[in-house]
Amino acid sequence: MTVAAIKEYLAVPRDRVENFHGKQLVYVSWDHHLLFASPFLLCLPPETPFRELVNGPLGMLLQPDPDAAAIDWQHVEWLKSGQPWTPDFDASLAANGIGHKDQLRFRTPGLNSLMAA
Amino acid sequence: MDMKVAKKKLGLKDKYKLMTRDLGWEPSYHSKDELYPYMNYEGIKIHDWDKWEDPFRLTMDAYWKYQAEKERKFYAIIDAHAQNNGHLNLTDARYLSALKIFLQAISPGEYAAHRGFARVGREFPGVGPQVACQMQAIDEIRHAQTQIHAMSNYNRYYNGFHAFADQRDRIWYTSVARSFFDDSMSAGPFEFMIAIGFSFEYVLTNLLFVPFMSGAAYNGDMATVTFGFSAQSDEARHMTLGLEVIKFILEQDPDNLPIVQNWIDKWFWRGFRVLGLVSTMMDYMLPKRVMSWREAWDIYGVENGGALFKDLARYGIKPPKGWDDAEKAIDHMSHQFMLGLYQWSFGTSFHSWIPSDADMDWLAGKYPDTFDKHYRPRWKHIKKLAAAGTPFKNYGLARLCQTCQLPSVFTEPDDPTLTCHRETVYKGEKYQFCSDGCQHIFENEPEKYIQAWLPMPQLFQDPIKGDLGEWMKWVSLLDGKDNGDYAGSEDQKNFEAWRGLATTNQ
Repeated sequence: MTVAAIKEYLAVPRDRVENFHGKQLVYVSWDHHLLFASPFLLCLPPETPFRELVNGPLGMLLQPDPDAAAIDWQHVEWLKSGQPWTPDFDASLAANGIGHKDQLRFRTPGLNSLMAA
Repeated sequence: MDMKVAKKKLGLKDKYKLMTRDLGWEPSYHSKDELYPYMNYEGIKIHDWDKWEDPFRLTMDAYWKYQAEKERKFYAIIDAHAQNNGHLNLTDARYLSALKIFLQAISPGEYAAHRGFARVGREFPGVGPQVACQMQAIDEIRHAQTQIHAMSNYNRYYNGFHAFADQRDRIWYTSVARSFFDDSMSAGPFEFMIAIGFSFEYVLTNLLFVPFMSGAAYNGDMATVTFGFSAQSDEARHMTLGLEVIKFILEQDPDNLPIVQNWIDKWFWRGFRVLGLVSTMMDYMLPKRVMSWREAWDIYGVENGGALFKDLARYGIKPPKGWDDAEKAIDHMSHQFMLGLYQWSFGTSFHSWIPSDADMDWLAGKYPDTFDKHYRPRWKHIKKLAAAGTPFKNYGLARLCQTCQLPSVFTEPDDPTLTCHRETVYKGEKYQFCSDGCQHIFENEPEKYIQAWLPMPQLFQDPIKGDLGEWMKWVSLLDGKDNGDYAGSEDQKNFEAWRGLATTNQ
């Protein structure tokens, strides 16, 4: 049973992609960098090139971290839905297979100024 | 001449019988199933409603008398508090942040509980629970009212109190409590009783009210202390009802056990997430602290909760599934929350702040294994950013958990350096969670939680479409007054100026 109910009960998801006026949600998180209290929620058109996500909103949000300037984007390790994954920086979010409400994570081994080792 | 005849007085037992059990009747025009249509679908089996015991034996006439007396005392003290500028007796106006969160997130929960008990009082066929639920429904609306009245005096002088109802509906940090109550109110009557009557009123209420009321006393807030006293005897009755409910259900049929256990697992975890707000009030927001969140958990969670579940073991009940994960989170959650509240303080209708060095030393003493290792370095860096004139504001909104609706500030139970990531796909749609506990709750009833109204994704939909200024209007947040750092706020300036007038010759 998918819900306790007196009769058949079907619901509509509240955050369907159609509600975002041509955009989608993407969550991005920098592993072991908890100055940022939670994964970031970004709302972008699926046609956005991945490079633009990184250089634009994500890059700006990361600035307060002392490690931000030292990130070498050519060598960060990415995870998508918890699995190792390699983005194509020149392709769009859609072409990279990044769906609505997907969680991306990246790792920068060796960079951890604010973390106790 | 009329002779005075002594009126026959009823004994307590007879009176209770006549004024409660005798109020019920056997229906003859409609079947019981038609009158009480929600009794079967949750799977709970009740064979004899007369087995319900009311340990208080309270009848409605006596109830009204007691409550009226409490109301008279309460309002007399509240009036005196207002007339004597009670708001200047606080330890510090930072204390008010705890009150503002309480008013926006928890007081509306009292009102929700009122609606819930009024409903289940109608839905249960037994007269015993009908009367008990009726009393609790009236208690809860009284608590909502008296809390709002107790805090209304602060609204005359300080920011952040003026739009608690809008903020209950629309702002982001209240939706953990709102969704908690919405979830219970949209559940069946038995689940509601386990959720609110047992898990909330019995297992978690001490962790909510004792620190809050003692916190008020420690910080000179006579208005809230008075509310606490006025509610105390009601709460004792609610706790007894909560315990009676669970024993009654478990004694009625052995098939009820797995259903009840599942609800206990669920509502413990949901309640624990609501308590995240409380942990932050206790460790950071009370200028004069009562005890640490860890110390409160050890007393009210580990000791009292442990004893309770030992007692319930004879029915086959086990401690809630999330208990171990909760224990692992205790030394982290208040810090994780406060760091979040500070960096998103442009969007809160209360103030937060960077803890002073003395406060950080206190925290390090109370959390010797976690604070200096994990949290002090972050606060030090945030302090450095503020000193450089670039205070830390995180305009990257937060990923919210589909179930508890909190920002995912929590780390892996066994790795405090890594955010906890959990996700699931249901009918082609992806959902994110803050913990195993919240993911399990979703997967048990996905059709319910896919409808969650999540404040942050909502910001990008109609009617706001991602405009932060419009969002502030929509949630009745006055930018530069209600929100931001306490340092430099109107609340700080006013409190210091007014208190200065009262205590110096300047």
